[in-house]
Amino acid sequence: MNANFTIPKFRLPAFVASLGHKLPQWPHALALVAGLNAALKMKLLPERELELLEDKLFRVRINDTGGEASYTYRDGMFRPVFRPTREPDLAFAANLSAYLQLLARQEDPDTLFFNRELEITGDTELGLIVKNMLDAVEWPRLPRLPLASH
Amino acid sequence: MSQLPDLICPAGSLPALKAAVDNGADAVYLGYKNDTNARNFAGLNFDAKTMAEGIRYARAKGREVLLAINTFAQAGRVADWQKAVDAAVDQGVDAIILADVGLLDYARNRHPQQRLHLSVQGSATSYEAINFCQREFGVRRAVLPRVLTLAQVEHVIKNTTVEIEVFGFGSLCVMNEGRCWLSSYACGESPNTVGACSPAKYVKWDKQPGAMETRLNGVLIDRFGDDEPAGYPTLCKGRFEVQGETYYALEEPTSLNVLPILPEIIKIGVRAIKVEGRQRSPAYVTQVTRTLRAALDSLRDGSERFHVKPAWQAELAKVSEGSQATLGAYNRPWR
Repeated sequence: MNANFTIPKFRLPAFVASLGHKLPQWPHALALVAGLNAALKMKLLPERELELLEDKLFRVRINDTGGEASYTYRDGMFRPVFRPTREPDLAFAANLSAYLQLLARQEDPDTLFFNRELEITGDTELGLIVKNMLDAVEWPRLPRLPLASH
Repeated sequence: MSQLPDLICPAGSLPALKAAVDNGADAVYLGYKNDTNARNFAGLNFDAKTMAEGIRYARAKGREVLLAINTFAQAGRVADWQKAVDAAVDQGVDAIILADVGLLDYARNRHPQQRLHLSVQGSATSYEAINFCQREFGVRRAVLPRVLTLAQVEHVIKNTTVEIEVFGFGSLCVMNEGRCWLSSYACGESPNTVGACSPAKYVKWDKQPGAMETRLNGVLIDRFGDDEPAGYPTLCKGRFEVQGETYYALEEPTSLNVLPILPEIIKIGVRAIKVEGRQRSPAYVTQVTRTLRAALDSLRDGSERFHVKPAWQAELAKVSEGSQATLGAYNRPWR
């Protein structure tokens, strides 16, 4: 990725959210869980902290798309929860741009929280564990493409 | 113009350490994953393996690694703190930042060659206190608490040969450093005892219609409207009813930012400028390190025509707690 590329702060028009509420939510959960499990497979997530996530219910809500995903961590795997029957242990809510900025390590969650662009409810300590676990991950760099010939 | 001060940046994780080094920190400071340091939060900090890798990374680029053992040894567990000192020496950190005089004494006697810094938590605000630590424990640098005016910092520097480090950016609290027990008032735990202020397990954010409530161990400490900026959930930054008025009775959520007085800080001979925030993410470390590096470098050639670029201020304002910044005590009229 170009080092100068930055994700702007944006908010999708309100009709996207009203449309999003009507769409099935399972694709979000599947995509999220697939990503997390890929990170597990690469052993990027520390075992000591993973143990603390066992059987916890997480919910990620994207305010401006109207999408949400619930998942849990059990027996060494992240698993989607399509019809949660209880309140989540930890819930995040933010607009899509805030999540993208977090994923790209362009903004810090505390910054987004101070500016009221990220909402964290539920078990605060669990939230801190998740945040610090993701911060400590050394994401592998994409291999350079051999553009120049030798 | 005096020598440019070192830029000391926070690292709560290996990616944060690398971000600090890559963006121009002269040194990083970090802590172990336990209550020997004052940012003892779940999932944060270093074990022996990640610290060894961090030290390797910093050294390869000619930067220093400072280790904070800046809480106070608790009764019956003094050996845990002494072991942390021994481990730090074994790992070869450039300096250990200590607050507890008992530990300073231990480190001085057991490891006379090890460079020692006096932590801000040591709460030494006078040159007499600092010179005492130099005489008794061989302290080479002292980090000043954030309660002194610029004139007072200058007075300290003129009366000691110990290097002086000051805070340049980051969240502020009531700054009764090393002596604050406010957190214990609500939850029985505070930085000096467990290494964390307002530990997360006591914090609850409750979403209400039109507002968010912050509770610390059940005690309501603030209520934010939907468009109001938020701060860390500490008692000192809560809003309380005092004589019929509800307001920030102790301290507003705010951040220190010394950019406007950077030339004066350099002129009086400050040896190092520290950035607060080991609890923050690599993104914050990147943004703040890059900005302060650019500001310091603009003064490198002894240029007297320093001006604070709006882009620097915008970058720092964005990451600030409470989305506002002050010069803190540096420009206050008190003595």
